[in-house]
Amino acid sequence: MADTGNNDAFVAFERVQKSYDGETLVVKDLNLSMPKGEFLTMLGPSGSGKTTCLMMLAGFETATHGEIKLDGVSINNIPPHKRGIGMVFQNYALFPHMTIAENLSFPLEVRKIGKSDREAKVKRALEMVEMGDFGGRRPAQLSGGQQQRVALARALVFEPELVLMDEPLGALDKQLREKMQFEITHLAHELGITTVYVTHDQTEALTMSDRVAVFNDGKIQQLAPPDELYESPQNSFVAQFIGENNTLEGTVKEIKNGLALVQLDDGGLIDAKPVNVEKPGDRTLISIRPERVEFNRERLSPDAHTLKAEVVEFIYMGDIFRTRLRVAGTDEFIIKTRNAPDQRRLQPGEQIEIGWLPDDCRALDAT
Amino acid sequence: MSDTSDTGPVLAADGTPLKRSLRRALRAQKMRALALIAPLLIFVLVAFIAPIADMLFRSVENQIVGNTLPMTVEELRDWDGEELPEETTFRALYFDLFLASEAKEHTKLGSRLNYEESGVSSLFRTTGRDVDDMGEVFQDALEEISPEFEEAQVWYDMMSGGEGADSNERLLSNQIGRLEQLESDIYSGDVGFVPGAAISDILPNTARAYSAFAAFVHFIDEDVVAEEDPWEAVYAALALDLEDPGTVTALATYDGPGADILRQAAAAELPPVDMQTAFIESNEDWSRVEYWEVIQTYSPPYTTGYFLNAVDMEKTTEGIALRDEDERIYGILFKRTMFMSMMITFSCIALGYPIAWILANLPARTANLLMILVLLPFWTSLLVRTSAWKVMLQQQGVINDVLVWLGLVADESRLVMINNQFGTIVAMTHILLPFMILPMYSVMQTIPPSYLRAAKSLGATPFTAFRRVYFPQSVPGIGAGSILVFILAIGYYITPEIVGGTTGTFISNRIAYHISTSLNWGLAAALGSILLAVVLILYWAYDKIVGIDNVKLGG
Repeated sequence: MADTGNNDAFVAFERVQKSYDGETLVVKDLNLSMPKGEFLTMLGPSGSGKTTCLMMLAGFETATHGEIKLDGVSINNIPPHKRGIGMVFQNYALFPHMTIAENLSFPLEVRKIGKSDREAKVKRALEMVEMGDFGGRRPAQLSGGQQQRVALARALVFEPELVLMDEPLGALDKQLREKMQFEITHLAHELGITTVYVTHDQTEALTMSDRVAVFNDGKIQQLAPPDELYESPQNSFVAQFIGENNTLEGTVKEIKNGLALVQLDDGGLIDAKPVNVEKPGDRTLISIRPERVEFNRERLSPDAHTLKAEVVEFIYMGDIFRTRLRVAGTDEFIIKTRNAPDQRRLQPGEQIEIGWLPDDCRALDAT
Repeated sequence: MSDTSDTGPVLAADGTPLKRSLRRALRAQKMRALALIAPLLIFVLVAFIAPIADMLFRSVENQIVGNTLPMTVEELRDWDGEELPEETTFRALYFDLFLASEAKEHTKLGSRLNYEESGVSSLFRTTGRDVDDMGEVFQDALEEISPEFEEAQVWYDMMSGGEGADSNERLLSNQIGRLEQLESDIYSGDVGFVPGAAISDILPNTARAYSAFAAFVHFIDEDVVAEEDPWEAVYAALALDLEDPGTVTALATYDGPGADILRQAAAAELPPVDMQTAFIESNEDWSRVEYWEVIQTYSPPYTTGYFLNAVDMEKTTEGIALRDEDERIYGILFKRTMFMSMMITFSCIALGYPIAWILANLPARTANLLMILVLLPFWTSLLVRTSAWKVMLQQQGVINDVLVWLGLVADESRLVMINNQFGTIVAMTHILLPFMILPMYSVMQTIPPSYLRAAKSLGATPFTAFRRVYFPQSVPGIGAGSILVFILAIGYYITPEIVGGTTGTFISNRIAYHISTSLNWGLAAALGSILLAVVLILYWAYDKIVGIDNVKLGG
């Protein structure tokens, strides 16, 4: 996480702090470095400081403390228009009084690029986002998805090395959003541009990014590739924020051989992998993904601890079954099972025993 | 399904045509909507549309000449305007003017024609006093011949032709109609006199003059015709009739009442009827052709005269021409009004734009607080604000005092900043500034700050970003504010009146002068109509150039 010493970093935040009112810090001691060509997503709930970080990088906000470096050079005192960073805004910010071609031509004009060069670049950029025929239209005449593509093309047309995107897909419907996620990642990788992408949608973050920085409370909670983030959350915030997750509260009884024995609040015992618990007696929140819960006793190791559970609700969802259980005093415990021919469909009221591989269950800090 | 094969109109469920049943369903809704706007509609109609229509009408209306001098106008129709009109015209004028002076309408006509040619007013006034004396000559002569001409009853019997005689209703109703035009009133009922048909043939002028007299006595004086002594004009008319040899012949066989004395009068020597001399004796201006030209030029019921006057032109015998250089005022005034309104609009844009920008970019709470400061002038009386500028700008005023104290201006050369164009522009810019700021503010509020950020992130300097991205989007606000301020400014009255002096007044001040001081309402209406037309043309041009759809007065 604290990889500040990396001199190869293309983008680097070094001990960056930001306060708007002089009383509270919106961004607390941020350290982050990105290699060239990486697609990094800043993910977090609103107010977590992710957009502020993006704005500081773009130059629209100044860091209260610390340094932001681009390609090894501090850019703290460089005004936004000299940073050469492409940016896609949440509401696209296409200039309504200009045509699409004029919008794209704008960054080239202010860079004093010749007319024929300009036209060629605009044409290429529009074709890149499959909007070649729309140059003469006005932004208001385009659909949301088309505007999105134009905004992307405009941010790329002057060939920046770094592109920032501030929740660019927020206004699109689900289907279009998924399509655009795919296109944006492809484009970014194809062109080899470094991308910082801000979103509060965790699926988007997981599907698009090389690495995801999960923000909360002005701090990066975890910076990791998507799979690591999902499977090995470092703390309970990340575990709960990324994907669906069952949590149970308890106290660590003992830690040995890399395994923690946790006594749940209702007395049940369960094995977990200690992540950020240190000693017996620590309060912990254990976290287990719904698809890793096992209720077939034969598939668990003989000495595995199990919990008693009662089926509350069975939901048929097509590809999966979603079953809600009452476990250790909570009836919000979810298990997901694949809709396979040999899969048993649990009935409400049924009493079962559930367990899991200790590696899948992580004992995290209790918040 | 059944009506898909039908070629007739689509039917509703109950079989009535769908269109009719839709209309019926919407009628109640429409009526309700209409009832809601009816009070405003009526108010606007009565207090706005009607006065404007009346103003437009007044700017061309000119019926007073034809109504007051109908016979003269008739006589002048074929006058070539080269020499003095003939005796017949003077005679027609005599009878017209006599009735008009009895009705005290001749001075109004005098004032009306005085707008076109000064001097006409006094001409009509002096001669109006003398028309009695002009006829008295004939009255005296006729009474000398027969004392019976003194008797009111004798005249009544003579002109009505006696009991059972054929009557000439048309002559009487013509005269009543004339009186109605003159007095702008409607009369009905029995006059108590009808001219006899026979006597009207023999003595046409007398019968006409007596009928006019009878109608006037009955309707205006509300007296009994048979008991009133006829006007001098009736004696003059008789003298005129008796000059005709045909009359004398016809009288020889006439046997109606008063035939004797008429024959007696015809046989006697009466003073010659020479109205031309009489008028010129009364006021020698009647010998001047230009006064007659004025009457002739302005005799039609509608005139372009007021409008020509309003654009510094006049009608001459050679046609329409510009007035002499030193008589032109309205062209200068219109140009000045336009120029100053534009100056005011530009200074409002220059001062208002940054304020609107700041307001639009501040947090809502602060913006609302500052907005109160913008609106503050609205809550102060216009008169107070304008007077305050007088205090500020006058030569012994605050600004001059400060400049003198600072040593920037010598005490004996204090700046003249009031009672001129500068003062008017300053004061009116201050007064109209909110009308510029408000629409600009509401437009700027709708421009998201992300546009400027986007422009900067694309590499534009702050100034380029403003010029290329923000400014074009704020133009509708500037347009709306400019239209508002310009139209308000072009018709402004109070402020230029107070701080304008002589060089800083607007056309509206001239209009007010004609409404309340010179009472030339026709000219005021013409000036007002031109102002209205200018505003409408500008509005139209603005719509063509900028497009009125682009004007936003609210978010």
